[in-house]
Amino acid sequence: MSTDSNTKYVGKAPNRVDGPLKVTGTAKYAAEFDVPDLAYGYVVSSPVAKGRIRKIHADKVLGLPGVLHVFSHENVPGLAWFDRSYKDDVAPGGSPFRPLHDDEIKFNMQPVALVVADTFELARYAASILEVEYEVEKHETDIESKRDEGYEPGRGKTGYMPPQRREDADKGLEQSAHRIRHEYIHGAQHHNPMEMFGATVHYHPDGKLTIYDKTQGVYNCQQYITKIFGLSKDEARVVNLFMGGGFGSGLRPQYELFLSVLAALELKRSVRVTLTRQQMFSFGHRPHTLQTLELGTGPDGALLGLKHYALHETSRFEDYTENVVNWSGMLYKCPNVRLSYGISPLDVYTPLDMRAPGAATGSFALEVAMDEMAYEAGLDPLEFRRRNYAEEDQNKKAPFSSKKLREAYDEGARRFGWDKRPMAPRATREGNLLVGWGVAGGVWDASMQKAAAKATITADGRLTVASAAGENGTGTYTIMAQIAAETLGLPLEAVTVRLGDTTLPEAPLQGGSWTAASVGTAVKNTCEALGEKLLKLAQKMDDSPLKDAKPEDVEFVNGLIRLRKEPQQSVVLRDVLQVSGEREIEVDSSAMPNPVNMQKYSMHSHNVVFAEVKVDEELGTVHVTRVVNVVAAGRILNQKTARSQVLGSVVWGISMALMEETVMDHRYGRYMNHNYAEYHVPTNADVRGIEVYFVEEEDPHVNPLGVKGIGEVGLLGVAAAITNAVYHATGKRVRSLPIYLDKLL
Amino acid sequence: MNPFTLTRAASAEAAVRDFSSHDSPAYIGGGTNILDLMKENVAHPTHLIGLNKLPLNAIETTADGGLRLGATATNADTAWHPEVKQRYPLLNQAILAGASPQLRNMATNAGNLMQRTRCYYFYDTATPCNKREPGSGCAAIGGYNRIHAILGASEHCIATHPSDMCVALAALEAVVHVQGKDGARQIKFEDFHRLPDDQPERDNTLQPGELIVALELPKQGFAKHFSYLKLRDRQSYAFALVSVAVGLELEGATIKDARLALGGVAHKPWRDKKAEQLLIGQPATEATFKQVAEAVLKDAKGQGTNDFKIELARRAIVRALKQAAAGEQQASDVFTNSNP
Amino acid sequence: MSIVSTSSAADDQLRPPVPPGSVTLRINGQEHTLRLAPWTSLLDALREYVGLTGTKKGCDHGQCGACTVLVDGKRINSCLTLAVLQEGADITTIEGLGTPEHLHPLQQAFIDHDAFQCGYCTPGQICSAQGLINEGKAHTEDEIRELMSGNICRCGAYVGILNAVKEVAEKELKMASCTCYGSHGHSSNS
Ligand SMILES: Cc1cc2nc3c(=O)[nH]c(=O)nc-3n(C[C@H](O)[C@H](O)[C@H](O)COP(=O)(O)OP(=O)(O)OC[C@H]3O[C@@H](n4cnc5c(N)ncnc54)[C@H](O)[C@@H]3O)c2cc1C
Ligand code: SF4
Ligand code: FES
Ligand code: FES
Repeated sequence: MSTDSNTKYVGKAPNRVDGPLKVTGTAKYAAEFDVPDLAYGYVVSSPVAKGRIRKIHADKVLGLPGVLHVFSHENVPGLAWFDRSYKDDVAPGGSPFRPLHDDEIKFNMQPVALVVADTFELARYAASILEVEYEVEKHETDIESKRDEGYEPGRGKTGYMPPQRREDADKGLEQSAHRIRHEYIHGAQHHNPMEMFGATVHYHPDGKLTIYDKTQGVYNCQQYITKIFGLSKDEARVVNLFMGGGFGSGLRPQYELFLSVLAALELKRSVRVTLTRQQMFSFGHRPHTLQTLELGTGPDGALLGLKHYALHETSRFEDYTENVVNWSGMLYKCPNVRLSYGISPLDVYTPLDMRAPGAATGSFALEVAMDEMAYEAGLDPLEFRRRNYAEEDQNKKAPFSSKKLREAYDEGARRFGWDKRPMAPRATREGNLLVGWGVAGGVWDASMQKAAAKATITADGRLTVASAAGENGTGTYTIMAQIAAETLGLPLEAVTVRLGDTTLPEAPLQGGSWTAASVGTAVKNTCEALGEKLLKLAQKMDDSPLKDAKPEDVEFVNGLIRLRKEPQQSVVLRDVLQVSGEREIEVDSSAMPNPVNMQKYSMHSHNVVFAEVKVDEELGTVHVTRVVNVVAAGRILNQKTARSQVLGSVVWGISMALMEETVMDHRYGRYMNHNYAEYHVPTNADVRGIEVYFVEEEDPHVNPLGVKGIGEVGLLGVAAAITNAVYHATGKRVRSLPIYLDKLL
Repeated sequence: MNPFTLTRAASAEAAVRDFSSHDSPAYIGGGTNILDLMKENVAHPTHLIGLNKLPLNAIETTADGGLRLGATATNADTAWHPEVKQRYPLLNQAILAGASPQLRNMATNAGNLMQRTRCYYFYDTATPCNKREPGSGCAAIGGYNRIHAILGASEHCIATHPSDMCVALAALEAVVHVQGKDGARQIKFEDFHRLPDDQPERDNTLQPGELIVALELPKQGFAKHFSYLKLRDRQSYAFALVSVAVGLELEGATIKDARLALGGVAHKPWRDKKAEQLLIGQPATEATFKQVAEAVLKDAKGQGTNDFKIELARRAIVRALKQAAAGEQQASDVFTNSNP
Repeated sequence: MSIVSTSSAADDQLRPPVPPGSVTLRINGQEHTLRLAPWTSLLDALREYVGLTGTKKGCDHGQCGACTVLVDGKRINSCLTLAVLQEGADITTIEGLGTPEHLHPLQQAFIDHDAFQCGYCTPGQICSAQGLINEGKAHTEDEIRELMSGNICRCGAYVGILNAVKEVAEKELKMASCTCYGSHGHSSNS
């Protein structure tokens, strides 16, 4: 029965608590920590895709004054022997790549040496003149040549679900009145966060290391490093306070970490290694994917059969898998479904989860196919989706813990003005421009992982909450502060959040949109536990009005502990602390997903995207002029940061639809547009008119906070909605991304 | 990037002298191209001569009514100079269509002429490239050549000149003033950049050590009927796939004088004088424009990934001519592609 | 099978490093005398030699804008100029615009409009926005978008960036008695 309260922060839109640090350049990223006597490492990359290193001629380079060492497989000391030592938390099945391990070249731009020198400039120069001899072998890098060689992966990584089938898809298709079958393609994409991968390893006089690394998981990196180098946890502290964007690229330890630690240990000196933008194209990527979709409906537009097959590359050494096709068995109701999935090894680095892995890919194909099917069946594309609305998760045969997609359809259609859309393509023209509207959407897992947190309150009433989770732009500092402040009724300014450090309680990798749910719940539990302690202290005070209260009888609001039923019966929290005489009180706690609910329910977030494009018919240029993205993702903890994540997702979708692709020259097995000038992502001028809405979705089952995570769902359907809008504008169906202007000429 | 020494020249003469007294020297203007290439290990001078203190950044009217643009004036200062905006809006728009505000604040006019191709293979020392390493072969032929030439290419190189500004300068018949060891000379813009033939390592006809001191624009500025149309893979901060610079003089509906140059299609800014002749005396109609576009692209040849550029260029020429004839463009402080 | 022997330098003759010399830079109103060789970029000088890490390195090749600083009031990419070439100039970095305790209006506006996520492009965006305001050329939303396009934001915070820059630019322009921001820009081309 809480009344007036200004310490209710959850669900509001406070500014980011780390904003002042970020806008003033005070926030420290991995390569920015000031440590004494720093040496610089520069990575030498292979110019060939496959072969062996014959010889590394390091002598010449070592003769340069100031060059300290050239690390390569020729001189790397004995390290951990077994594959499993190199396996990180999210390694797919197979045998992980070991930097500088042997003479074998497995992929183009593979790191072959690290040159360390007293200055960055010198290391860079020495790296450029290091002569390396290679025996070149024939490579294979083109998935198009492997169309018939895909195999279903056996050894999946965590979270991978083998594709499903139910009833008889062929029969369903045969019985259909309307059918379509098409192939959908997108090329490889690289995460390319703004901050390039880098690590600063502080070598302490006692030989211990503090490792500032760019990563989405400090514990994952610590585990990796300690196993490989035989260090104790206490000897390798890993820190990441701010990450300049991850999008999945930091889920696995990247080679700057291995190389900088190696150099620091061998040279007994602090070392910094940063990759170049070109080297940002030398590890994981969203794989080049070929998908075939077959749909059939009855005369009324009800789906009768669905087949979805996806094929993409993996490396020769690991079986990378993602859930590309599964969504197609879940987003719409369909009795007869066959989902299948293949991967094929090539001489490339293992692909790596990239924002909404699998779903961004799968929903593009499914949602364009749905648009094609709607036209085939003569139905408005939104109406077609409504007719096939999935009331339950047919893959899992379980009810959704909550699903307000229908409400999202309504809200989006109203905001966008969908009812004014003419069905026929090419119906609207403005001068040289054809105008088109498209719709699409998607579904994404609402998951939760085990997480721990610590909360400390000091006599002055300041609260510190800590967990090793990361902040890569999603607003972790802010939402944790909100949860903590609200749980203990403190002003936001009285809360300090500490993240990204292996000296703090363990948190899961920052990925999969589960941080809010997992770490948020841990913070809440921890603060509640601290609250109970505080209540006990309050009860010890003379004449305490709370003497007989149980924890559930009180609430923490506005710096008070008060009785829920009689809010005027309260004590001032700070007084409790003063009187108790304790200098600080600390509590640890954790949170776990609820296995019963996980069994019982299908937990997912959904979205729908409406897009308007204007296409210059003669010149082929596409402008995305309006996007309405409506998301149903449970409770929104911070309206501002959540909105930003969805806005960013729309920009990603525009990028995926219109410009983003890493192009490989298969003669060299090498990505050729490996820089920010030729790997295009949107500029400010490419973005206009984005609206984001959240539908209210209460979910008592998903987790105690009722949140589903917002980092990935917003991307779903954006590329498809744009592709569908392009069709509506021009009558041209593009089935391969990106929609460069030449595809519309 | 290899080690180098650096001096900052105080006068054009001193710069030229300094150049001839070093082994592997290079001038540095804004540095936006040469430092990029040095970091990529594509350029490797061992001595740099800094030009940013030279008194060569003035923009002033010439005796015969033209405009002289100092070699070290920045692209931004040039684009926004009132004389350029008023009298040469085509140049204003072309400059503003290129690079980014930051880069335009650094880039010098001379550096813009001298910038090298953005060919992916030229930039990547892991692949062969005749321009970077004569005789090593051209990886772009038979490779990924979306940004490559459709006109005037050779079997040795199919690179394009990436500049926007130069397309306008070609259309405006600028003259390049240079200073060498043996004195000054002037180079007509059409003779400045060259086609690759069997010497793709040479982008232009400047002799080693010659310093660009100014660009001179003749009086005729085509301020009423012009267009700079740039097509690229995103709305801004991207090089042209195809760009078209047009200047027209109209008498009623008849074309009295015409200039037409293309960017992104050849090893040099591609001015087509024959096409200009085809325009002169003709009515400013779509039919005329289409004919002219055909003529410009008569000998065009695609390389695979860039085949589309032929059709794109054809349509872009027609559109740009239409825009110019209609007097749709205005000089402005900003070039925006944003039609809607 | 073939054998290749490579180094990435086009010229692999070994050259001794050029020894550092004394270079004085005026950064945020303060003189810093450093020992620098000519090959140090202004960006690396700021980050690695002066310890001003607010200026970011997103590409090191002029392709992203994260390294934007103001030199004599004009925005430039600090990765593509040499520190020695900036002797005598007035260099302003993000640290010179404001501090967490005393935010610059643009910094406050970026916070209010949530014009960033990871924050890595942000110092460059803000310096660029100050440069844009100094230039005084952007009068419409489309013009702000175009003139802020030299700063890539991979997080895609462009909507917030536009609104933040617009808010501050409008105020500045009001002082200069001119308000002409509309929601639709002029269009000059296709
Ligand atoms: C990411 C990016 C995007 C870009 N996009 C575009 C674009 O869209 N359109 C476009 O047109 N340009 C674009 N540019 C290129 C930019 O315009 C050029 O880099 C710039 O004009 C070069 O000028 P500068 O003064 O910096 O040259 P510098 O780098 O200083 O010099 C370039 C060359 O010119 C020589 N040189 C310099 N001054 C003289 C002189 N006075 N006499 C003789 N030789 C001289 C140098 O020795 C060097 O070889 C882009 C650049 C980058 C980095
Ligand atoms: S097109 Fe020219 S620059 Fe490009 S690889 Fe061929 S020779 Fe080199
Ligand atoms: S770091 Fe300078 S532009 Fe990217
Ligand atoms: S805020 Fe992350 S790149 Fe812009």
